[in-house]
Amino acid sequence: MASASPTISSDIDPLAACFARMRSRGGRALIPYLTAGYPEPDRTAGLLDVLAEAGADVIELGVPFSDPVADGPTIQRASQRAIERGVTLRWTLETLRSFHARCDVPVVLFSYLNPVIDYGVDRFIADAADAGAAGVLITDLPAGADRDLERRLQDAPFSFIRLAAPTTPPARLLEIAATAQGFLYYVGRMGVTGARQELRQETLAEVAALRASVAVPVAVGFGVSTPAQAAAVARVADGVIIGSALIDALDDGGNAGVDELMRDLRTAIDSV
Amino acid sequence: MTEDVTRFGNFGGRFVPETLMAALDELSEAVAAAGADPTFQAELDELLRDYVGRPTPLYRARRLGDAAGGVVVYLKREDLNHTGAHKINNTLGQILLARRMGKSRIIAETGAGQHGVATATACALFGLECVVYMGAEDVRRQALNVYRMQLLGAEVRTVESGTRTLKDATNEALRDWVATVADTHYIIGSVVGPAPYPRLVRDLQAVIGRETRDQILEREGRLPAAVIACVGGGSNAMGIFHAFVGEPDVDLIGVEAAGEGLEGGRHAASLTAGRPGVLHGALSYLLQDANGQVAAAHSVSAGLDYPGVGPEHAYLKDAGLAHYDTVSDAQALSAFRELARLEGIIPALESSHAVAYLLEHGRRWVNRGPVVICLSGRGDKDVAEVAERTSHQQGSFESA
Repeated sequence: MASASPTISSDIDPLAACFARMRSRGGRALIPYLTAGYPEPDRTAGLLDVLAEAGADVIELGVPFSDPVADGPTIQRASQRAIERGVTLRWTLETLRSFHARCDVPVVLFSYLNPVIDYGVDRFIADAADAGAAGVLITDLPAGADRDLERRLQDAPFSFIRLAAPTTPPARLLEIAATAQGFLYYVGRMGVTGARQELRQETLAEVAALRASVAVPVAVGFGVSTPAQAAAVARVADGVIIGSALIDALDDGGNAGVDELMRDLRTAIDSV
Repeated sequence: MTEDVTRFGNFGGRFVPETLMAALDELSEAVAAAGADPTFQAELDELLRDYVGRPTPLYRARRLGDAAGGVVVYLKREDLNHTGAHKINNTLGQILLARRMGKSRIIAETGAGQHGVATATACALFGLECVVYMGAEDVRRQALNVYRMQLLGAEVRTVESGTRTLKDATNEALRDWVATVADTHYIIGSVVGPAPYPRLVRDLQAVIGRETRDQILEREGRLPAAVIACVGGGSNAMGIFHAFVGEPDVDLIGVEAAGEGLEGGRHAASLTAGRPGVLHGALSYLLQDANGQVAAAHSVSAGLDYPGVGPEHAYLKDAGLAHYDTVSDAQALSAFRELARLEGIIPALESSHAVAYLLEHGRRWVNRGPVVICLSGRGDKDVAEVAERTSHQQGSFESA
């Protein structure tokens, strides 16, 4: 273990502070996802402000990648378009830095591994922390895939967010939860990201059981689209993550469409 | 420290979404259990003998050897396997594993269509549902194999995303698997992907090298001076190399596709011109842009048209245990026709890269001993594509 690792406590960790605040008043976190640079790079700053003003507790900012195997068509398309418009990890970090300077809503960077490796892991950790990232989530770095790399991310001055899935066996789930920082991201469906008509039925019971057995807050994403689905998830989870549905709303109604869906989600979650 | 069985040196690994981790563990356990069960190998051996037609011949190609400057050349005739390529060695092994795991549905990706055909064939044989993902560009240039898969009862899903080739077909197969992992086994067609696939596919293809070793010892009383194979993902190369890795007097040469030339970026030479990165679950050499986005590959051969490469090849390259070089589209097309005229064998465009390398560099082994080329597949699937290119580029083709 690195000896001089910065400690993360709720005093300084914005994610821990956010969820502690939520739990103390019985609230639930609304966590929107946005692909950096979609639909145009010059729209991202404004969209982040819309998300914050419409009640986001945490924002996930997606780093576009050419081969997003965990994502469905909506986020694939958004990523592809952002890449075509020149969006890079470096640009995403700069966008995060300027947002962080004007708004205190915590931001989690959501990336695939290759852009991070290419950027340089140590340089990424330093620059992401410097830009004000509250957390980092790497979709294709599951627990145990690279212990050294995982340790460096865990020792970083931001939360290293872990994913758990319906297929994760119980023993592994506890192991993941034990090292989870910030919150545990529970994959709410069998499959890739994307808006869905129906919420997967087993998810609610699984999340309720998980939340009762682990200390870290649990947020649910993948396939949560509508205010009604968000409310159902909010009954059992600490946070609700909405991605593809917001991109659909952006495509259909621009910033106003995003604002409207965010406010509906906020109302639905707060009614629980 | 115990060996990390997910790695080859620092390469390989398991960089996948969490949803797939349990399935990869399940597959690893099934592989271990099958390895300890003699009935598994016996069942596979019987299929390879009676259904595939193994062992495949090691054929002394005299006229080709003369054309290459007077070198002794043998062709390992994987093109004579049932379905026309080495791919069936892997799919039959994985079908037996899928049955042991109780999976009722099979998915696969395919580039040239040879792996798709081999998967559809194995599924037909065992009555399993089969879905094959294939890039739209490959559906166009390998139309014959699309029809073969459909005849065999498989559903071919055309992939329109990204580069519309093997890379994106693999993405879609992985996305399918994330959603269906409970009842579905994913038969990856090369020595790529997350662990345990690179080792599993290598071990199923290693029959090529085992036979070659026995055959060359019987014929020549010695090991070959060189073994040459084309490398896209690298399964036929790993299959024939494995029996010779670490032999000091055997040159192992993997031939990548230089496409239209390394300079212009229109190629598929991951090991020669890429740098380490993560794609499809493994750390290996990868074609990528300055920002870590995967770059589009190009090759006249759909089976080599892939920006990544198996992680064991990355390890062999860095360890100096194998050597990797490139051959252009034009050289491969020329070798395609050359082998047809010299030996009466029409090779796959993939395998034509290995033949082209021999024609270019064969003199190096004159008087040094026999050279073995892995003729990984037959070229029937490529005839229409080559005919079309020939009529478009008559002059350059004739002069090549």
